[in-house]
This record gives sequence, structure tokens and C-alpha cells, in this order.
Amino acid sequence: MSFRARHLLGIEHLAPDEIRSVLDLAERYVELNRRTIKSSDALAGMTQINMFFENSTRTQASFELAGKRLGADVMNMSVAQSSVKKGETLIDTALTLNAMHPDLLVVRHPHSGAVNLLASKVNCAVLNAGDGKHEHPTQALLDALTIRRAKGRIQRLTVAICGDIAHSRVARSNLILLGKMENRIRLIGPPTLMPSGVAEFGCEVYDDMKEGLKGADVVMMLRLQKERMDGGFIPSEREYYHRYGLDAEKLGYASPEAIVMHPGPMNRGVEIDGEIADDINRSVIQDQVEMGVAVRMACMDLLARNLRAERGARAVGAMV
Amino acid sequence: MTTLHFTNARLIDPEAQSDALGTLTVEAGVIAALNGAAPAGAEVIDCGGHCLAPGIVDLGVKIGEPGERHRESFRSAGLAAAAGGVTTIIARPDTHPAIDTPEVLEFVTRRAAEASPVRIRHMAALTKGRQGREMTEIGFLRDAGALAFTDADAVSTDTKALARAYTYARSLGALVIGHPQEPGLSKGAAVTSGKFASLRGLPGVHPMAERMGLDRDLALVEMTGARYHADQITTARSLPALERAKANGLDVTAGVSIHHLTLNEIDVGDYRTFFKLTPPLRSEDDRLAMVEAVASGLIEVISSQHTPADEESKRLPYEEAASGAVGLETLLPAAMRLYHAGHLSLAELWRALSLNPARRLGLPQGRLALGAPADLVLFDPDTPFVLDRFKLRSKSKNTPFDGSRMEGKVLATYVGGARVYAAGE
Repeated sequence: MSFRARHLLGIEHLAPDEIRSVLDLAERYVELNRRTIKSSDALAGMTQINMFFENSTRTQASFELAGKRLGADVMNMSVAQSSVKKGETLIDTALTLNAMHPDLLVVRHPHSGAVNLLASKVNCAVLNAGDGKHEHPTQALLDALTIRRAKGRIQRLTVAICGDIAHSRVARSNLILLGKMENRIRLIGPPTLMPSGVAEFGCEVYDDMKEGLKGADVVMMLRLQKERMDGGFIPSEREYYHRYGLDAEKLGYASPEAIVMHPGPMNRGVEIDGEIADDINRSVIQDQVEMGVAVRMACMDLLARNLRAERGARAVGAMV
Repeated sequence: MTTLHFTNARLIDPEAQSDALGTLTVEAGVIAALNGAAPAGAEVIDCGGHCLAPGIVDLGVKIGEPGERHRESFRSAGLAAAAGGVTTIIARPDTHPAIDTPEVLEFVTRRAAEASPVRIRHMAALTKGRQGREMTEIGFLRDAGALAFTDADAVSTDTKALARAYTYARSLGALVIGHPQEPGLSKGAAVTSGKFASLRGLPGVHPMAERMGLDRDLALVEMTGARYHADQITTARSLPALERAKANGLDVTAGVSIHHLTLNEIDVGDYRTFFKLTPPLRSEDDRLAMVEAVASGLIEVISSQHTPADEESKRLPYEEAASGAVGLETLLPAAMRLYHAGHLSLAELWRALSLNPARRLGLPQGRLALGAPADLVLFDPDTPFVLDRFKLRSKSKNTPFDGSRMEGKVLATYVGGARVYAAGE
């Protein structure tokens, strides 16, 4: 098992073998999660704190369940309504929590880089559950696991990432991961929703969806991040749906075996047609949710192993 | 006042563009002789072949008085400047409250003279409260000593009000300093747009926002005939506009910060907020274009754009963190990077650090000439060191050079013939 990271802040800092290690371990947790007795003791005695500075139901539930199945003591802090509103800085919050000796901190924050900042101030393992428009590493890992299980591999695939790339941390983490695993990546969306400097990303960029979907093995849809937009990026939702919403006609341009993915929550009738989303022959959206728990268990297990090894080494060092 | 005679000095003369060993004599606070013999009774200072140059005139320094003395006071800024070879600070008016009335200007002028070992001169706001709506009392402020008029980084969208302020300033021959930035396009930006901004997920501004701001300001200059200086030109896209304005005979000059000449956007790395500046750091291509523009004289002035920020305001997520870096003490060693890289000679550097800003503001400093004030810096361009931000004299320690290897050490600084700093004391 090779996974050397102390924190999981992004895909950017992971090597391909580390990514494979996460996926391999996650496979075993998929099996565990399908049993009636789903418990493991990988995190027994450890404390996991979920700090969500941004509201989230799905991701927080997934992390909570993952921690509980591994035997950790899990605490949820909805920081959106707490002392942060009273003017306490992120650093103060981090130091306060750090004094309670958590082993794993799972953090979501509306500002890019905030989780990196927090990780530099605490002495436990920090897991980025999404920071601003930067990264959402566990989403990319669970997407990779979903693709690998559906397609039998995670290399040499043509993956189309469609929609609101500019505001999406999911897109960033995915395109870094898929790039590291040597896939052909296409970015599809209106030019106003493309990130700046996109030409230097080593991806193919399309503003015509049908053109971009031609022969794609994987169609990854993104949610239109209305809450992250200030001002008009698109003329209207109906025009967006007409040009970039995934429906049967547009999907017809992709490979006949293409799978359809979406990180959720979906805006049906905005970026995806409800029938496509629910089509069990094409859509793997429910699998993504299942893989999410397994991948998060794998990530936390691996981080906990490194944490124990580090603390053990320090204890030995102290004795010598 | 004692007579000083510097011998064995490598004289850096930005006016003559020369760099040669010689002697320099100071009497009654002014340069009395060059390459002459030591007058009887003079204190002889053997420079050991080190460089003796006019003291730096730093155009655009933020000091926290009034309003933010915990960030920087006239005393701390003055000590930092002396240690950095800066003998004249040209202070910005973006204080709290803004320096926008003759009363505030007289107050800060008096405070600065009491507290600082180096000269501090002030700029005043162009519009009241830097709000961009009503012009300040430009005439009174000029009489009270304001060297130039600027709203610093507050860019007005009220072009009519600006046109009036420029026109009025022109009638008094006052220098207007603009911050070329189109405020709509640059709103909320933390970095320069592009691949790096996108990978970090940070809001970016296109370099074109600077060009658009400059184009607007230059059109106002053409319309009103005002004397204009752009505080910071940082991208290659602005250069053709600047060149054209000069070719058309407009009274226009431009500056650049030392940080934009020595750092680029990639230095931000993993959200290092000490590298958050206004305007943001640019691409390496832009940096090299700025260095070339200084060498060619298209950009006349290099400044520190010293902007103290306390720890609290920098220890925040990148988007929320304060912008700006301290630079009074690191301006000279950072400039030495350009010298050691072979981009600029010392005489060329001092033209931009001292002669040009003094000339533009109508000050007698910046020259190694008979009768010029004996504001001098003695330095060794080669002494290596690793910068420790906690050793800076500024109250704020927000330098992007923390932990960096640098070369160039100030050995002594003189203001009006009086020594205000000596290394090791």
C-alpha cells in the first residue's frame, strides 16, 4: 500500500500510485459496506471532527457514515451557524479544535485555500471536503472508482466534463486526476463558464456539446453553481438547457457504452434531463454515492495509518 | 556641522550614468566636492571600494499615521527606511482618515519631522475621502507641501469628477498620480487570471484591466493637459499605450514596484498571502517585460509600494487576506537581484530608484552633484544574507522575501550629511 500524504488537501499532490492505493482499498470497503454488519475498527478510538463552513447534506452524511463504519468517534460542527459568525477567525477556530486533540479533521470551506491554511496550524490529519473553487479530492477519487468499476480501467478513456467548469472544484480535481492517469479529457461548456487559461490545461475545449461528446466513454455532468455566480454567465437556464443540457439526443453522439455521471445535487431540466439521470443502463449517479462512502473510508483509513506511524516514530524518537 | 570626506568610494552617479572610484566631500549638508582632496579637519571615511550612491527616493509608501499606527508609525517607517538606504519617503494619502485637508497634512508633516530619521514628504488625496467625487483643496494642499495628488488604489468611476480634478490640478502644475486599473473588471480579484488562478480556484483579473485603466487615464490627460504619473505598470499590455502617450508629447511618467520586477504569480504557491499584492503578481513574461521597460527608460520609477499589514489581516484565506507587502528595507537588496542577473547596471537602477522620482516631484535629491543635498547610501552590492522577517524594523513583517537568499547590504545612510544609520550599530 503506498500512500504517503499526511493530509488530503487535493489531488494535485498525489502520485498515480497513491491514487491507485486509495482505489484498491476502497474496493474492499465497497464489499464491507454491502454486508449487513458494516463495522471495521480501522479508526477505533480516534476522533473525527467534520467542520462544514458551507452547508452540505450529502457530503457531510457520507463522511459521517464513513467515520462511524470505521469505528471513529464522529462529531459534526456546523460552523455556518457558530462562533465564526461572531468574528472568530478560521485560525482561532482551528486552534480551539486542535486543543481537543482530534485525529482527523474533515473540512469544507467557501474560500479556496482555506483548508490548506487550516492544515498548516493543526497537528492532526486534515481532509479537504471541498474548498471554494479549488479542489474536492474525495469526489474525484470516488468518480475514478466509479469509472474503473464501470469501464474496467481508469486509463486511455475519453472523458467529457460538461458544464460549469469555471466555478467547479469537482472539475478541477477530476481533470487533475484524470490527467495524471493519462486519459483524454474534453471540457465542454459555454466560454463564459470556462476557467481562465484553459488552453494551457492540456485538454480539448469545446463550446459545441455534440461535437465534444463524439465518441466519449464517460460523460461527466456538472451542476450549474448558481450560488457561486455573481452576474450573468449565461443568458437563461432554458437556453443553457437547450445548448448544454444532457438529453437523449446529445448523449447519442457519445460512445454507445458511455456512462453518465453527476456529482449531485442535480438541477433536473437545467444541466441534465431527468430521464437520462434515472436510466439505469447509462447513469451511474447512484453508484457514485455508494462509492463515495467507500472512498472516504479508504482515505481516512490511509491517513490514520500515516498518523499512527508518525506518532509512533515520534514516541520512539522521544525514548531514544 | 562636520565636514565629511568619503574616499575609496565607488560613486554611482545616475545623472552621468557613471560608476567609478572616487571621493566625495560633504559640507554643511550638501555635496561640496567630487574627486577633490580632503579639506582640513574633515572626517575621512574610507569606503573600502563599496558603493556610494544618492539615497533612494521611495515614491508611494504607506505609513499607518493617522489611523493605523499599530501597522506602521513615522518612527518605525523612518528607521526601516534608514536601514534600507531610503533617504526620502514619499508617503501615500490612503490613511484613516485620508490626507485630504491641509489640516491633516500639516499634522502628519509635523509628526513625521519629529519622529523620522529620514525625510518624509507627503502626497495628498486627489478627491475628498478618496471617494472620487469632489476634488480636494489642491491649491491649499500644495501650499502646505503636498508633492502630488492621488487616491492611491481607490479608482474613481466618476470620469466627469476626475476630468475636473485633472483640469484644476493642471492649472496649478500639480502632479496627478493614477492607479491604472479598470475597477469593474478587477473587482474581487486576488490574482492574475490564467492557468495558475484557475488551478488555485482564486478569482483573477485579466491584465487587460490595467491597460483599460491606463487608456482611460491617458485620455483624461490628453483632454485636460494634466501632469500624470502611473503608480504601477505591471503588464506588457500597458506598454504600447504608455509609449504612444509619450510619443504624442503628453506629460506622462510611470512606475513599477520592486515586487513586480523580482517576483511572479507562481510565487504565490500554496496560497502564501504575503505575496498578495495590488495589482496582483503577473506572469514571468510580464515581469521580464517590466525589467526591460525600466532598462529602456519607458518606465522611469522603481518603488517599494511599502504597504504594512498586520499578522491578523494576512492569516486569512487568500481571498480575504489583506493586500500589500512591506518593502522599505528590502527594496535595495531586491533591486540587487536585477543587477546581479545582468538586467540593469547600478547607475541605471539608481536612475529609477532615486534620480527620476526626485526629478518628477521637483526635489533636489537623487544626484551626486555639487550643491545637491548630501542624502547618501553606502552599500556593498555583494554581501549575501538570508532575510528573517522578524528582524525587520517595520512594525509589520509582511515581506514576500522571508527566508529568501538576498545580496546587498546597506553599510551606512546619510540624510543632509548626518548619519542616520550604520550597519552593526
